[in-house]
Amino acid sequence: MSIETSPKQSWWNRLAHPGQFVIWTRPFILPLAILTAVLLALGVWFAFFNSPADYQMGDTVRIMYVHVPTAWLSQFVYATMAVSALGTLVWRHPMADVSMKAAAPLGAAFTAMALFTGALWGRPTWGTFWEWDGRMTSTLVMLFIYLGIVALWRAFDDQLRAARVVAIFTLVGAVNIPIIKFSVDWWSTLHQPSSVFRADGPTMPGSILTPLFIMFFAFTFLFATLQLLAMHTEVKRRRVMTLERRAARGEAA
Amino acid sequence: MSGFLAVLRRELRLALRGGGEVLTLLLFFVIVGAIVPFAVGPDKALLARIAPGIVWIAAFLSMLLGLDRLFRPDGEDGTLSLYRLADLPLVAVVAAKVIAHWLTAALPLIVASPFLALLLAMDGETLLRTIVSLLLGTPALAAFGGIGAAVTVATRRGGLIAPILIAPLCVPVLIFGVGAISPLGGPDQASAAMLFLAALSLMALALSPFAAALAIDWGED
Amino acid sequence: MIELGQHAQFIIWAYVGVFAGLLALVSWTLLDARRTQRRLEALGDPRRDGKS
Repeated sequence: MSIETSPKQSWWNRLAHPGQFVIWTRPFILPLAILTAVLLALGVWFAFFNSPADYQMGDTVRIMYVHVPTAWLSQFVYATMAVSALGTLVWRHPMADVSMKAAAPLGAAFTAMALFTGALWGRPTWGTFWEWDGRMTSTLVMLFIYLGIVALWRAFDDQLRAARVVAIFTLVGAVNIPIIKFSVDWWSTLHQPSSVFRADGPTMPGSILTPLFIMFFAFTFLFATLQLLAMHTEVKRRRVMTLERRAARGEAA
Repeated sequence: MSGFLAVLRRELRLALRGGGEVLTLLLFFVIVGAIVPFAVGPDKALLARIAPGIVWIAAFLSMLLGLDRLFRPDGEDGTLSLYRLADLPLVAVVAAKVIAHWLTAALPLIVASPFLALLLAMDGETLLRTIVSLLLGTPALAAFGGIGAAVTVATRRGGLIAPILIAPLCVPVLIFGVGAISPLGGPDQASAAMLFLAALSLMALALSPFAAALAIDWGED
Repeated sequence: MIELGQHAQFIIWAYVGVFAGLLALVSWTLLDARRTQRRLEALGDPRRDGKS
């Protein structure tokens, strides 16, 4: 391995420096937050005042506008974590660690929300809060995986070491999630041959799609905003740790 | 190869000599299985119906319980650091330890499962299927457990975290393990589950030593 | 507010729950950011990163 004395100042290198990353991405936060707020307000308005009740599900279809985006995020956040884990393991990118750590609690929160709205949607349509249906069950398992990863982060004192170990576990989880999904689907069809009512009808009228799309983007942008903010906090927290360590060493000497 | 066998032999000798830990795990397995009738009632028909699930849960819990001794003692006394420096690749050491873990934490349970089957009013054919499914499925539990133990070995208070991390990953093993026993979906579904279980075990056994060795290597220093 | 039909309570609770969750998530993120920033300032960070 050769040691470059003057690193190239590509955008990649700039992003690799935590301080530079914060400077470069800080201007994005406010516009993203405003965009999120506008989209959320618009989405809620559409969801309640400008969309019809579904002819089959009635007004409960309105729960979909918060359920689908959170369920999407529960998987998208894990994908973000898995890509960041690759960044940690393959390129040793310092911001990948930070991104991985910031995403885990967000993913857990969105997964919990997806389960909550799913239960509230299931009560009127299936007649029960909890159905051991393939999707709900695998979402529950996802929540456990997220919480395990958060617990693993907290178990380490040294965050750099934690990042590499958590990255390995995140990738192991990423390999396993499709297997878990498959097995849970197999299991739930085994136990209930008459398939429960499923919401993914092939034809959705545009009047339902509009609020769904708006909410979808609102939640995705919300995740992006929170992720950036949490990453900045994490960078600062590492700086605090370094300073504290230096202060402790100074006092000891 | 000789190094691999030496590690395997050392692990087995330590486990068999080390104050009867194997017996303790075995006792835990039997007690978990035997305590279920007290909770659900001594109805023989019900017990026979849920017996495969009970046996699997008991095996799962006892294997999780034995996880902490997989890498932690070696991590604490520095043996793990020596293994990292050895000529033998760390992957081989981890594989040997996982195999030893299966031999000392899973095999005794399988041998003891007929006793549990008797208590739970299991019939002969189901017992046979249970033993085969345990034989096929527990290697996957040992392999996932190896990953869990390796990931938490560098933490100071990781003892409880490994089971929490591993339990969600073991969901498919439990599903296919019990699915291979119970005749819920008909015989062809059960044999399909058996095949899935074997595939899962083979894949987990082949890949987990690499992940675990990487975690140990990068979690140390 | 429009008529939500017979399942109004479920719909309203779903939205209330999600927005309470979002509010908690946002305020926790902001609080964490502010607390870390304050700690950084208390330590007298010699290397300022862009912010005044």
